[in-house]
Amino acid sequence: MEQKSYLITDETGIHARPATILVQTASKFDSDIQLEYNAKKVNLKSIMGVMSLGVGKDSEVTVYAEGKDEEEALEAITETLSKEGLTE
Amino acid sequence: MSKILKGIGASDGVAIAAAYSLEEPDLTIGQTSVEEGQEDREVENFKGAFNQSKVEITKIRNHAEEAVGPEHAAIFDAHLLVLDDPEFLGPIEDGIRNDKKSAAQSLVDTRDQFVAIFEGMDNEYMKERAADIKDVSKRVLAHILGKELPDPSNIDKPVVIVAEDLTPSDTAQLDKKFVKGFVTNIGGRTSHSAIMSRSLEIPAVVGTKEITEVVKVGDQIIVDGSAGDVIVEPSDKEIKAYEEKAAKVEEEKAELQKLVDEPSKSMDGIEVELAANIGTPDDLEGVTSNGAEGIGLYRTEFLYMGRNEIPSEEEQYEAYKKVLEGMDGKPVVVRTLDVGGDKELPYLDLPKEMNPFLGFRAVRMTLDNEELFRTQLRALLRASAHGNLKIMFPMIATIDEFNRAKALLIDEKEKLVEKGTDVKEDIEVGIMIEIPSAAIIADQFAKVVDFFSIGTNDLIQYTMAADRMNEAVSYLYQPYHPALLRLIQLVINAAHKEGKWAGMCGEMAGDEKAIPLLLGLGLDEFSMSASSVLKARKQISGLKKTDMEKLALSAVDCAETEEVLALVEEYTNRA
Repeated sequence: MEQKSYLITDETGIHARPATILVQTASKFDSDIQLEYNAKKVNLKSIMGVMSLGVGKDSEVTVYAEGKDEEEALEAITETLSKEGLTE
Repeated sequence: MSKILKGIGASDGVAIAAAYSLEEPDLTIGQTSVEEGQEDREVENFKGAFNQSKVEITKIRNHAEEAVGPEHAAIFDAHLLVLDDPEFLGPIEDGIRNDKKSAAQSLVDTRDQFVAIFEGMDNEYMKERAADIKDVSKRVLAHILGKELPDPSNIDKPVVIVAEDLTPSDTAQLDKKFVKGFVTNIGGRTSHSAIMSRSLEIPAVVGTKEITEVVKVGDQIIVDGSAGDVIVEPSDKEIKAYEEKAAKVEEEKAELQKLVDEPSKSMDGIEVELAANIGTPDDLEGVTSNGAEGIGLYRTEFLYMGRNEIPSEEEQYEAYKKVLEGMDGKPVVVRTLDVGGDKELPYLDLPKEMNPFLGFRAVRMTLDNEELFRTQLRALLRASAHGNLKIMFPMIATIDEFNRAKALLIDEKEKLVEKGTDVKEDIEVGIMIEIPSAAIIADQFAKVVDFFSIGTNDLIQYTMAADRMNEAVSYLYQPYHPALLRLIQLVINAAHKEGKWAGMCGEMAGDEKAIPLLLGLGLDEFSMSASSVLKARKQISGLKKTDMEKLALSAVDCAETEEVLALVEEYTNRA
């Protein structure tokens, strides 16, 4: 299993547009991918799961990936987070 | 047998086409449980409904992208993901297989759980997302129940849209090529649907009370926007008569079209400016084709609406520049952000209010959100190099508010100049007169502002203390009331005394009964729906300003609206 933590620096946190792109990215992989925030874990392939966490500015989140493409998945997610301006 | 409905004519012209209803079907669930052994079929039924919904939303998404841009299409990408969400589909299938619920019941129960989660979050923006889930689920539910939802973006033949009322998102989806007219149950001349129909230049009748009850989808329907009549299932004879009337309207339009390049001059040679109100750069086409001499009101709030975040300085700059360049040196009055009240921006997280029209809106809000305000002012200042920009602050009640807003503008201007950015030197800065306090001390304001523009809808509402969204007090919406005319007179005289100009950008500026009064009161600039400009030009060319001055002087001394209207009648029929 791969895991990585991030600090969300975007003014509005993970709002609709980046959440959409994040879920689209995660859904491309076979691995089971989870997003953890505030001791709550949700499926990163679920838009409503991700949105329901209500991740705001300055929150720390952790992504877990498990499966045969776990490394690529985590890499792609890291890139998306940065490209969408969620992380520095 | 034909049936005639009476309503309020909101936009002139005649349309004859099939009715298309935006009313939603009854989505009550009949069957709440699944029969033993039918679970597989029920799961298939719900998956089929999801797939059909995906196809439709993809179509709507692509239409929105084409019609209003990728920013507005993004929301539908989120909707599509909801339809693919394993945490949504999973519990629905479980509900069918384990709890023996019908597909419809299981969908509704699962939807309600998610809606409750989002509505319970302490963030206005997230609360709004509950509406998205409801919206998507409604489409799926309709498919499960075998009902059809209205889908205005899929219209592909000429129709007349029939609805309780039309919301901005409804009108955004409409294809102007096929929509020949609007008819609504509620609303008046200044409701959104009415304003929209005039800017689209299609006939409309609002406030018919019962059109959605009377008409069936596909019924032939005639809309006479000038008379305010709607004829359902007309006879051949009626169709023929209205076809002739439509041809006559077209002829008059062609006649008016000859005035496009003419100046706006009264019979005795006094020139005024006839300008147009716009909401987006897309409206420029109508401004030019109707021969407007400027833009008297550019409502910038549309840049901020229907999206998830504040538009960037760059995006605003591009929009303002496009308008200024498009007008080619003609004056463009841009109103700074006017939201709050009935116009909400979910991402600003503004508090809910008891009296939104008396609350935290327009300049009151932007003065408190300085970064937001400064961003808009910077975008405007940078755009000023591309044309004849004038900046206007909305909802000003006190001189101090104006001074504070102007100080921010000057501060941003100095910073830009220091950086070497090209900013126009002499940008006029004015205020909208919507609040009686500002009208009453207009003499004081005239010393510090460069111009006034009277916003009549709000000025009437605040002068008469009558909520313009409340039908029960709609009789108090009296544009010709002497109290209002006196305020307008105060404002115009105060401006002229200081060598400034006074305009009007409310609905009243394009009203044919008001124009003689306003001309007589000395109004310099009339800003209206682009489609009214040529008609106003023609009307003014037939009026003598000296006569209208006498009319105005008598009108302000009347006691009641009816007396004013009788005077207008008397003076305008005299010539």
